[in-house]
Order: sequence, then structure tokens, then C-alpha cells
Amino acid sequence: MKYGQRRFIFGFLVIPVILYFIFVILPFGSSILIAFTRWRGVSSSITFNGLNNLIRLVGDELFWNALKNNIIILFTLPIITISLSLLFAALFARGLRGQRFFRITFFFPQVLSAAVVSVLFGFVYHPTIGILSSLLGALGFKELSTFPWLGDTSTVLWAVIFVAIWQAVGFYMVLFIASMQSIPVEFYEAANIDGASEWALFWNITLPLMRDSLRTAIVFLMMSAMDMFAYVSILTNETGGPGRSAEVLSSYLYGEAFRRQNFGYATMLAVVLMLLVLGLSMIGMRAGSQETIEY
Amino acid sequence: MTATQPSDRANEASVIAKPKPRLTWLKNTPIYLFLSIWAVIVIYPLAWTVFSSLRTDREIMFTPWGLPAQMHFENYVRAWTKAQIGDFFFNTLLVVIPSLFFTLLLSAMVAYILARYTFKGKQVVYYMFLAGMMFPIFLALVPLYFVMEFLKLRNTFGGLILVYIAFSLPFTVFFLVAFFKTLPKELMEASIIDGATHTQTFFKVMLPLAQPGLVTMAIFNFLGQWNQFILPTLLMDNTGLAEGQTRFVLSQGLYFLQIQQQYQNDWSGMFAAVSVVMIPTLIIYVIFQERIEKGLTVGALKG
Repeated sequence: MKYGQRRFIFGFLVIPVILYFIFVILPFGSSILIAFTRWRGVSSSITFNGLNNLIRLVGDELFWNALKNNIIILFTLPIITISLSLLFAALFARGLRGQRFFRITFFFPQVLSAAVVSVLFGFVYHPTIGILSSLLGALGFKELSTFPWLGDTSTVLWAVIFVAIWQAVGFYMVLFIASMQSIPVEFYEAANIDGASEWALFWNITLPLMRDSLRTAIVFLMMSAMDMFAYVSILTNETGGPGRSAEVLSSYLYGEAFRRQNFGYATMLAVVLMLLVLGLSMIGMRAGSQETIEY
Repeated sequence: MTATQPSDRANEASVIAKPKPRLTWLKNTPIYLFLSIWAVIVIYPLAWTVFSSLRTDREIMFTPWGLPAQMHFENYVRAWTKAQIGDFFFNTLLVVIPSLFFTLLLSAMVAYILARYTFKGKQVVYYMFLAGMMFPIFLALVPLYFVMEFLKLRNTFGGLILVYIAFSLPFTVFFLVAFFKTLPKELMEASIIDGATHTQTFFKVMLPLAQPGLVTMAIFNFLGQWNQFILPTLLMDNTGLAEGQTRFVLSQGLYFLQIQQQYQNDWSGMFAAVSVVMIPTLIIYVIFQERIEKGLTVGALKG
């Protein structure tokens, strides 16, 4: 019996663990080593490069440019997405007629892939056939009627961020609706008797009790802000936009690795990206976790 | 609007106590206006794509909005055959179906062991799977590329399937561990006492009971794998293929078409290509809306 059980455990684990080790653990683990090498491709040999990749990174303007864009996204994407989705969720929590239609509509972009959505918005932003320009032209903004939204250094990053928001709002809305619905009605009943305004109810009861899902949303959106790969690569045709104004760390490191064959340096960039991601998720998870509200 | 009946008055006390105060339609107008703006922002680009897919290039160029004068379904034929959307669909199915099946099977096996058995090295296995959820995929790209090259798995569907399974394992395992833990232990013990082997108990008793959890994970992973972009971009290209053959999956293929489009100028075909990808997704989503929403948000609700 005991022998049979051990064989059973081994038999169930062996295939998934081997698969997982080869394709996930091994690549993740070895990247820490590759980050300190100079490696130009399959044919060339790997040489240990000491701290040179790190030194190069500190002086690399393109790295700082990409990081700057990630930080801009980090501050805008979560704030705008959460504000919009929280507002929609709060409106739906009142029980509106026709809310099923709105809910389905708002969530739908989430079901599509970021790649499809990016290709689609490549059309929307197109200077001649795109609907954004033609819409603005029809509204009387003649100078914007052929504006290259993805071809101008001042607009390309915002155009990319908007696509990410467009796709994410419905997802967080559904998340927040679920969270609001789990708040016991008694909380509101007590406050209602005290004559609190609707705004006060939302601010003093709903929001604090949604703390956990808000925190999750912030962490998830920060992770999205550090990714952005599909949006940026597709909307800018892997150029990072004019003057690399929309380049982010993920798209920059991908280009360094697979277009310029700087595998060592690209992996160092990935290590920095990982440290940022881990740091951010730790901050996000810690933030406000001391005072969890039990109900 | 119906006139207020006396019985409504009687109900008013309970209405006030609820978090949803009954509002007049008039008072809701700004809310509807606001919601409609976002609805238009969501629907308009999608509808425009579908309409444009039925128009001619001339119509698209010169009157960017408006309905098609005539339905040009030949755009779809062109997208499906000449632009190879049909091939991309087929490739995606070829990868996602086996990959989804084995993701669920292998994850359930690992999850069941982690949830119900104690053994030496359990902690190691547990933390190994946990680690895989913490790191951004970009950290693995360079080594993964060379691992696949070394194993001669790059540019093979089998290789892509294995990578999809491996990267889907950690989350699916953790979700199912939690699920198996909710199932009563007694069922497993009773089955063993009745003389069933551990393997039989898993497949005949536990796996059927885990069905709701498996369905949720099936939806979550199906969408994740169907929409996958970076892994196929990294691992699949068309080297060594004859003209007209392709290894691309859908999202990657659409992007490829968009790049080609810059030289070919077949706008209507391109819109048809995007619509062909979008419309089935929309139909499936509307039918299974609640399940899909649940399946997708499950990661966040757990977290």
C-alpha cells in the first residue's frame, strides 16, 4: 500500500514536473547567468562579461527612455482604468435597466487578444482611413482630420495607453461589481437610517470594504504597465514609435535580443524588468494590508 | 411609467433600506448618457471594422464611415484563402486543442497530489510551481529560444504545445489545488477502502467531482492560449516552408498581415481578416457570457 502510493505520486508528478522544469524553471533560472555574459547568437561562443552589461545599461539612453515610458504608463494606466471601472461598477450596483447590455459590451474587448485589438486600433488611428481622424474632421477639427496619431512623438504613447485602457476597463468593472455585491446589505441599512448621502455611503462603506479587490486591481494593472509588449510592438510595427517615444522595456529588450542579437544585454534588461515587477508587486501587496477589514 | 399604487407606498420602507434607491428615469438620464459614451467608444471601432470588411477599398478610403453600398463578401474569401486566415485558424486549433487538454489533465494530476498527499520533496514541488507565477515571461525569452533550438523544437507545433502547457501549469495547478481541497476527504478514503487504486480513485471519483473547477480553468486557459502572442512570435516563423504555407497562429498571423498590408493596400481584405477573428469570439462570448467572465476574472478574485 505504502509502496503503491509512492509509485502513484511519482507517476503523477514526473511528466508535468519535467515539462515545467525544462520550459519554465530552466529558462528563468539560467537567465540570471546569461545576463552577465556577452553572447551574439548560436554560432558565437558565450563569454562571461562581468558587470559590463550593467555598466552599459546605466549609460544606455534607450534603456532610460523605455523605463521613463514604463513609468508614465505605470502612473496613468492603473489610475484611469480603476477610476473608470469603479465608476461603472458603482452605477451598475444600483441596478440599472439594460445593464446586461452595457456589461457585455464593456467586457467584450477583454475576450479579444491584445494582438487583435492592437491591429484594429492601428486602423482606428490611421491618418487617412482611420475613424479617429475622420471623426475629429467631421466635428470641425480640420487640422486633426489627417493626424498621424501613431506617427507623432507627442501622441503615440498616449494612443498606446488608450488601447490598453479600452481593453482593461470591462475586466476591472466586472471584478469590482463582484466585490461590491459581496458587501453585506446590513452595512448600508445601518448607514441609511443614519441618513448618510449616497456619496458618503460609497466613500465610507463601499470603498474601504473593497480594499482587497482594489489592491489586486492595482497590482494587476502595474504588471500590465510593465508588460505592454503586444500593444507597443504591433501599434508601432516594432519600432517603438517615432523617436522611440512609445518604446517600453519589454519591446526594447525583445528587439535587442531577436533583431540585434545582443542576447546577453537583452537578458540583463529582462533581469532589471523582473526586479521592477517583483518590487512593485511587493509594494502593491503590502500597501494597506495592515488594516484588513473583517466582515 | 405606471401610476404609483398604494401598495407601492407600503413597500417604500423596505425600498429605502436597500442600497439601490429607486430612481426616476429622468434622474438616470445622465448616467445612461455617460454609459452610452463608453459603449460607443467600445462598439464603434468594432462595428466600423465589420462594416468596412463588407465595403470596397474605394469606399473605405473616401468615405470612412457609412454602411456598405453592397455587401462584398468576397473580401472574406480573400482573407480566408489568400491572406491565409484559414491557415492561421487551423494552426491555432492544432496547437490549442491538445495543449488545453494536457494542461488540464497534467495540472489536475499535480494539484490532486499536492492537495491530498504528503511526501518527501512536496515543498520543493510546491515552491517550484509558485515561482513560475512570479516572474515576467520576458525573463525567460532568450534562454527559452535556445532551449527550443537545442531540442529542435523551434518551428514545430509539438514544441509550441509543450511550451503552452508548461507556462499554463502554475496558475492552473494552484487554482485546482484549492479546488481539490474543498472536496470531502472521505470520498477518496472510501474509494480506497472499496479496493480502488489511487489512480482509479483519481480518474473515477475525484476528477468528475472537480468538473466545475476544470471548466473554469478550461475557459481561462483556452482564451489565454488562443490569444497568445509573444510565445508564437518567439518560437514560430516560416523558414523552410514553401510559398503559401505558414506556421503562424491567429494573433501572430494578423500582425503579419498588418505589416504586409503596408505594401499591398488591400484594406477591405484586412478588415475582413480582423472581423473573421472577432465575430466568432463575439458570438461565443455572448452565449457563454457569465461563464467566460467568471473564468477570466478568477485569477484576480483569487489573488
